[in-house]
Amino acid sequence: MTLARATSVILAKELRTEFRSRELLGTTIVFVLIVIVLFSFTFNPTSSESRRFGPGLLWLAFLFAGSLMLQSSFLREQTNDTLAALRLAPIDPFSILAGKMVANFLFLLLVEVILLPVFAVLYNVAVLPVLGQLLLVLALGTIGLAATGTVFSAVAAQARLRELLLPLLLLPVLAPVLIASTEATIGVLGDPPELSLVWLTFLACFDVVFLTAAWMVGEYLLEE
Amino acid sequence: MPASGGLKLQFSEVEKRYGMRLALRGVSLTIAPGECVALVGHNGSGKTTLLKIAAQLTRPTRGKIDFFAGETSIPLEDVKSRIGMVGHHTLLYEELTAEENLIFFAKLFGLSDPAGKARLALEPVGLSGRATDVVRTFSRGMRQRLSIARALLAGPGLLLLDEAGTGLDPEGQQWLGAAIKSLRDTGCTVLMSTHGRNETQGAVTRAIRLEGGKITHDSGAGGNPNEVLVLAAVRDTGEEAS
Repeated sequence: MTLARATSVILAKELRTEFRSRELLGTTIVFVLIVIVLFSFTFNPTSSESRRFGPGLLWLAFLFAGSLMLQSSFLREQTNDTLAALRLAPIDPFSILAGKMVANFLFLLLVEVILLPVFAVLYNVAVLPVLGQLLLVLALGTIGLAATGTVFSAVAAQARLRELLLPLLLLPVLAPVLIASTEATIGVLGDPPELSLVWLTFLACFDVVFLTAAWMVGEYLLEE
Repeated sequence: MPASGGLKLQFSEVEKRYGMRLALRGVSLTIAPGECVALVGHNGSGKTTLLKIAAQLTRPTRGKIDFFAGETSIPLEDVKSRIGMVGHHTLLYEELTAEENLIFFAKLFGLSDPAGKARLALEPVGLSGRATDVVRTFSRGMRQRLSIARALLAGPGLLLLDEAGTGLDPEGQQWLGAAIKSLRDTGCTVLMSTHGRNETQGAVTRAIRLEGGKITHDSGAGGNPNEVLVLAAVRDTGEEAS
């Protein structure tokens, strides 16, 4: 079976199980909304401050969402040892990671798209005129978040203190993504809006490097 | 029925270490196609580790395992499609229905007509009437039956059962014993770990006792497995009593 076919089968399973239970999406959306609202009340930013600090707070909220959502990506496979069932199948082990990465990317993007209007209202930032550019930054940053998070979720799921381990592993590694995404978002929301090719290229390179590394070590990551 | 005949397995000096603990100590063993081998021994004796190595779920620290179809060696990357396994856990998704679980695994194994194969697999395990119910609502015995259906979905040449009778009532165990016997008769190689005496052991053609990661008794191909099985049952009963 080809990598793409196996990935799509696993992706379909991930989407079906999540949209049937809605546990993960529901809790993550509520959590991130609370974070964004609390940030807004705590800082009470003016419009110019929002343009300067808002993107950082937004991406921090996405990072929290990621570490919450990605935690269960592989933990769920431990309930009935279904990861062993996936590994018993005659498929490329990377397809297990890839299917989960794509699913996590879509879940995170959905959370972000829901959160964006709330952010725009609370922080008095006009996102509609720059929506296309903003979505490009969101997509590149979220690919990095989902790819890294899925890989570390696989590592953490096999360890003791796994709930604590994922944020400890994930947050330092994601610092470059956080910085690049924040800087790119500051540019897009700036006056005048400017899409920074430097930060976009940095994000794209991070994504490519991490996806390649995951593809190379995927088999070993999933082993006991 | 196995899609392409039973597999021959050859473990050569297989050793498995988990940190400081040696789970298997130089196990060498050849299992012929169509044999039904019971692995007995108390908890921690290495039964599950041996099954996991056979399933390619874990690599041996030292030594190797080879698979053969007839006399032809099969590359490890090609062998997975010919292995079915029932583990300690059910290996099923609780949020999916019985049918969805089987369709999902049929797709991963690249089977044609996954929905048809799933429906066919549900019949012998008596779950056709519950095909559209989510697994979360199933009893332990029903989950185990579904797990067995999943393992048999692709017509494996090697069936690995890790205490597959666990959770089954006497009737279910009897059914499992008959299913193993019928698979063995079609040429499928069966390697299973069992604990104590149960109905699944009626199909056994060879019994091997593991102690501390080593083979201590082997009835051998063509030997009488009952001696090893009885010995294991006596020892297990003795350990439980003490």
